[in-house]
Amino acid sequence: MFSLAPNQETALLANLVHLLPIAPLTEGSTGGFEAPSIMEFYPEIIAFEGTPFALNRIMLIRLLVTALLFVVFWLWTSKFKKSYKTGKLVPSRFQLMGEISLNFVRKSIAHDQLGEKDGDRFLPLLTTIFFIVLGMNVTGIIPGLNIAGTSLIGLPIVLALAAYVTFIYAGVKKHGGHFFSAALFPAGVPKAFLILVTPIELLSTFILRPITLALRLTMNMIAGHLLLVLCFSATEFFLFHADGLFKAFGAGTFLFGFIFTLFEILVAFLQAYVFTLLTTVYIQLALADEH
Amino acid sequence: MDVTNIAALSGNLAVVGYGLAAVGPGIGVGLVVSKTIESIARQPELAARLQVTMWLGIAFTEALALIGLATPFIFA
Repeated sequence: MFSLAPNQETALLANLVHLLPIAPLTEGSTGGFEAPSIMEFYPEIIAFEGTPFALNRIMLIRLLVTALLFVVFWLWTSKFKKSYKTGKLVPSRFQLMGEISLNFVRKSIAHDQLGEKDGDRFLPLLTTIFFIVLGMNVTGIIPGLNIAGTSLIGLPIVLALAAYVTFIYAGVKKHGGHFFSAALFPAGVPKAFLILVTPIELLSTFILRPITLALRLTMNMIAGHLLLVLCFSATEFFLFHADGLFKAFGAGTFLFGFIFTLFEILVAFLQAYVFTLLTTVYIQLALADEH
Repeated sequence: MDVTNIAALSGNLAVVGYGLAAVGPGIGVGLVVSKTIESIARQPELAARLQVTMWLGIAFTEALALIGLATPFIFA
């Protein structure tokens, strides 16, 4: 009853083909508003095109942030050393900033989750991850830079791999091969259920953990950047290309853009916190004794 | 019989897919936060501890929505 005659099928196909070019056409003809696309994250290459070291805007921002982190940490540690040597107990404002930021990772992430001994063992990695992620995220809302260094997946993958290798190392160092068997065959599960449980555990522990770590960070930054671009390009469109009362919409979209900029500051910090916290929790789960 | 178009839609089906993918995590994050607020109201002295757990819960739940956001790029 519902079978289509061949000519009907071709008619359907022709209709489908007709539908396809509509999207680009309407986009071009609405008077200049261009919605942001994923190509935002692939800006033109500035130098060394064709080599593996091709530089674009995002790579330059990453290099800048890395250099800044080097300088800031070098200044902080030299301040710490100096005040330790001279016995000066009242820190300067700059030194206090360093102490508070470093103590935040140490006290409320590492010591809280891992305890003092193990917390200090893994502190260098956790501090590095926290400050790299924070520094790279924050460039997303700095005027003039305007894109987060973590909004391409390469950097988050490197950080997630570091976390992955570390929690497996922590588990193997403490429990040996028993780490893998305890993770894959949880104690207290009836033998018959292992057919169901083991694949799930394998997937969630050894495959999905690093993937979600990297994806969570990247996708948050991509979504945030696209939202900001959408708000501000809409403001530009309404103010300069729309006529009459539509110009008033520009004020609204600008306000939204401003609010989302504030929100992005929160997100930048929160993603750094969550990334570090999850790394800590994975290490803690690897170190935990099975009951 | 001729095929007549009553309405035509243009755009990408992936957008609808992402809309669906955002429903579950949206409900999930809401549940996590509401339960945390309840627990803090009952035992305010545990607030710091509960907040850390809340962020963890949100991070795990939110991952589903973000995987949904990533799939169109991967399978495009």
